[in-house]
Amino acid sequence: MDAKIPPGPLADKWNYYKAHARLVNPANRKKMKVIVVGTGLAGASCAASLAEQGYAVDCFCFQDSSRRAHSVAAQGGVNACKNYKNDGDSVYRMFYDTIKGGDFRSREANVYRLAECSAALIDQAVAQGVPFAREYSGYLDNRSFGGVQVSRTFYARGQTGQQLLLGAYQALMRQVHTGKVALHTRHEMLDLVVVEGKAKGIIVRDLETGKLERYAADAVVLASGGYGKIYYLSTLAMGCNASAIWRAHKKGAYMAGVSWVQVHPTSLPQSGQHQSKLTLMSESLRNDGRIWVPLKAGDTRHPNDIPEPERDYYLERRYPSFGNLAPRDISSRAAKERIDAGHGVGAMKNAVYLDFSKAIGEQGKDKIAEKYGNLFTMYQKITGINAYAQPMLISPAAHFTMGGLWVDYTLMSTIAGLFVLGEANFSDHGANRLGANSLLQACVDGYFVAPYTIPDYLAGELKAEKVTTAHPAFDLAEALAQTKIDELLSIQGDLPADYFHKNLGRLLYDTCGLSRSKEGLERAIREIGELRQEFYRRLKVTGDDKVNTELEKAGRVADYLELGALMCRDALAREESCGAHFREEYQTEDGEAMRNDRDFCYVSAWEWQGADQPHVLHPEPLVFEQVALSTRSYK
Amino acid sequence: MKIHLKIWRQDERDGPGGMVSYTLDDVTEDMSFLEMLDALNGVLIGKGERVIEFDHDCREGICGQCGLMINGRAHGPLPHVTTCQLHMRSFRDGDTIYIEPFRAAAFPVLRDLKIDRSAFDRIIQSGGYIAAGTGSAPEANSILVAHDTAEAAFDAAACIGCGACVATCKNSSAALFVSAKTVHLSLLPQGKLEAPQRVNAMIAQMNAEQFGPCSNTEACEVECPQQISVLHIARMNWAFNKSRLLGRKG
Repeated sequence: MDAKIPPGPLADKWNYYKAHARLVNPANRKKMKVIVVGTGLAGASCAASLAEQGYAVDCFCFQDSSRRAHSVAAQGGVNACKNYKNDGDSVYRMFYDTIKGGDFRSREANVYRLAECSAALIDQAVAQGVPFAREYSGYLDNRSFGGVQVSRTFYARGQTGQQLLLGAYQALMRQVHTGKVALHTRHEMLDLVVVEGKAKGIIVRDLETGKLERYAADAVVLASGGYGKIYYLSTLAMGCNASAIWRAHKKGAYMAGVSWVQVHPTSLPQSGQHQSKLTLMSESLRNDGRIWVPLKAGDTRHPNDIPEPERDYYLERRYPSFGNLAPRDISSRAAKERIDAGHGVGAMKNAVYLDFSKAIGEQGKDKIAEKYGNLFTMYQKITGINAYAQPMLISPAAHFTMGGLWVDYTLMSTIAGLFVLGEANFSDHGANRLGANSLLQACVDGYFVAPYTIPDYLAGELKAEKVTTAHPAFDLAEALAQTKIDELLSIQGDLPADYFHKNLGRLLYDTCGLSRSKEGLERAIREIGELRQEFYRRLKVTGDDKVNTELEKAGRVADYLELGALMCRDALAREESCGAHFREEYQTEDGEAMRNDRDFCYVSAWEWQGADQPHVLHPEPLVFEQVALSTRSYK
Repeated sequence: MKIHLKIWRQDERDGPGGMVSYTLDDVTEDMSFLEMLDALNGVLIGKGERVIEFDHDCREGICGQCGLMINGRAHGPLPHVTTCQLHMRSFRDGDTIYIEPFRAAAFPVLRDLKIDRSAFDRIIQSGGYIAAGTGSAPEANSILVAHDTAEAAFDAAACIGCGACVATCKNSSAALFVSAKTVHLSLLPQGKLEAPQRVNAMIAQMNAEQFGPCSNTEACEVECPQQISVLHIARMNWAFNKSRLLGRKG
C-alpha cells in the first residue's frame, strides 16, 4: 500500500506537494468534468471549489435539497489552531493531540496537514458569513472540547454544523447559478463505472421517477458520509448509508479501519422499542456539565434527592486530569462500565446523569442558556424534562465511522480517479476521532486538499480518450443495478427491510460496539451470514419502482449486511485494543486499552474478492518519524 | 393508545389524491410522530400495500426535511417544533389525526406527503450567499463583528428551510424564508457589500416562483421551528425599498 506521502520534513510535506502538483490550463478546465456524490461539508465545498476553478461538476444527493446533508446536525464546533486564546496552541500541538486522540493509528502526514489547514478554514467560513460566537470586543470566541487542554473550538451556538454547511451550500448554490455545477437532488448512486482501471462515471437512480441514469466524468468524488447508521439506532440521519462507498468497494476500492466506530458518550438514551434514532446532545455540554451515577447500584431516588457524597463522578474519579472532558471512546466505555455494573439510571436503567447544577450556580442560568440554550430546548422537546432544574439523562450511541474507503495522501482510493472525502474515507482520525474534528476534516478535504489533488490527477487525463455513457462499461453497470432492484422487488417475503436492519444493529451493538471479543465477533459473523440469507428469502418490499422508500431502504440494508460482516472480520483480526476498538482480551488490570504496536501498528485495508469469498487484508504500516508512540493516558 | 388517522394519498405529481382512513393500535406516548408513521407503514407492508411516503431525515429538528400539516397545523399542535420532534404524548387515546402535505403552489406534491421544495434552492441560487470564493478569505479576526450583531445574524441564519412558513401562510408567501437569509447576510460586515443586489435578486426569484405576497398576518412566526422573527420581513422590505430609492438594484 503506497500512501504517496511527499518527501521532506513533516512540516514541509504539504507545501512540497502543492509546489509540485500539476495544473490544468484555465481554458482546458471547462472540458474536464468531475462527479461529486454527496453534498455535505466535504462534497459541497469540493464541488463549489472545483467549479470556482472552472471545472464542470455534476453533483448528487439523495435528500430533497443539498442543504439537508447530515453535516447539518453537527452541534458543538470546529477545531482550528488559531491560538486566539494564547493558551499554548500551535499546529504541532493540534497535530499531536489528534494523533494521540486517534491512539496512534493514523498517518502523521495527513494529520499534520489537517492541523495546518485548520486556520484557513475559519477564515473561509467567516468570509462566507458563518455567524460564529463572538466576544463583546467583536473577536472570535473559543471553547474547549474533549481530549485537549487548550481552547481551539469555534462554534455557532449548538448549530455549528448547520452554519458551516449553509456556508458551503450557499457557495455551491452560487456555482449552480453560474451553470458550472449541475445539481441532482433526490438521486442515489447505485454503482461506480470503472473503465480500464479508472473511475469514469456512475449509475444513479432518480428517486422520484425511479429511472436509472448514467453520468460520465473524468474523475469521481465520493463524499457520501459515514455508515454509523448500520447500527440502526444511532445519532445519524435515517437516510445515511454506506451504499456509495460499498458499491465502489465492490468495484475495487479498498475499505480501511472498518471496525473503528465512534460511540458518542452524550446521546439521549433509548426509551422504547419503536425508537428510530438516538438524538445527540453536543459534547460541548461536557465543558460545564458533570457526569455521574448513584454510588449505590439500583438507587431509584430522584437525582436531586441524592446527596453529593452518594454520587460517583466516575470520569473525574478515573481521569482526574481530563475529567469530564476525557475523549469520547474513554467516556463512552466508562459509562458502559457503570451501566453494566448496575448503576445505570432512567426508566430502562441505560443512562447516566449530566448535571449542570454546579455550572448554573457558578455562572448563572443566563450564561448557560446563552451557551447551550438550543440544546436544553431540544432536550425538553424530546423528553419533556427541564434540564435547568434536574440533570439530563444521557447514554452512549453509535455516531461516527473513522473507517471508510482507503485513500492515499491525495485522497485517491485504490481506483485511479476515485477520490473519497470527509467521513466516507478512513484517513485522519485513526482509531478514535476527537470532538470538533469531523467538521474540520470534511471542510479541509473539500476546500483545501481536493482542489489541489484532483486537478493534479486531471492534468494527467487531459489527453486521455473521453469515455461517454455509451461505453459498454455503463451498459454492464446499469444492467447489474437494474437486476439488483428487480431482485429486491421480487423476493416478496414477509418481513420489511427495517426488521433486518434492526436485528443487524442489535447484533453489532452487542458484539462489535463499545467492546468486542473473539467469541462474540465469530458469533456475529455467523449470525450476520444467516440474517443475510434470511433477507434474500423473506424480504418484503411493497409498492412500485417509482418513489419507494422501502426499495431505497432494502438496497441500503443489503449493503449493510455485507459491510457488517467485514466490520466484524476487521475487529476480529485486530488483536489489540486501540481507540474505539476495545478487545476484551487486551486490557490492563484497571480496564484500560492495551495497544500492541509491535504487531498492529498498521492500517487494515481490505480488498473485496466476491460475494462468497473472504476479503484479503492489505496492511499499510504506519511509520512514526515525529512522535514517539506512547500509552495514551488521560489520567 | 388507539389512533385514527386520515392521511393524504396521491400517486404522482399532478395526479389526483384524497384522504384515506387508517386505525393504528398500540401507539405509545414516547413514540415520535414519525415513528408512529413508521409503525403504520409496518402494518401496511404486512398487508402488501404501498407505504405512506413522507420526507424525513435527521429526526432531530435540524435538517428541515420533514414537514406535515397535522390537524391543519404545520408541524402539528406544538409551537416551534419540527414534525420529527413532535411526540405522541401530545395526543390522546381515540384521537383522529388529519395528516396532509405542506400545501403551496410552489411546493408540488411528489407522492403522498412528499413535496418538491426546490423553489427554495432556486431562491438561494439567485443571490443568497456572500461571493467569497475558496482561498480569498482574509484572516478571520480582521473582520470584527459585535457580539450582539453576530447573535442577531445567527437568529436569522438558524432557518432550516422546512417550508412551514409557506405552508401555514394563507398566501403561501415565502417572505419569512427569504428575509431570514437576506437579514443574516446583510447584518454581517462581510455581507453588506452585496446586500442591495441580493435582496433584489432574491425577491425577484421569490416572485417568479409561485409564492404569494406577504400580508403581515405573522402566522409564519408562530409555526417556525427556529422562531425566526417576522421583524426580518420588515427589515427585508426596508432594504428592498431603500435599494430601489437609491437606484442600487444590482
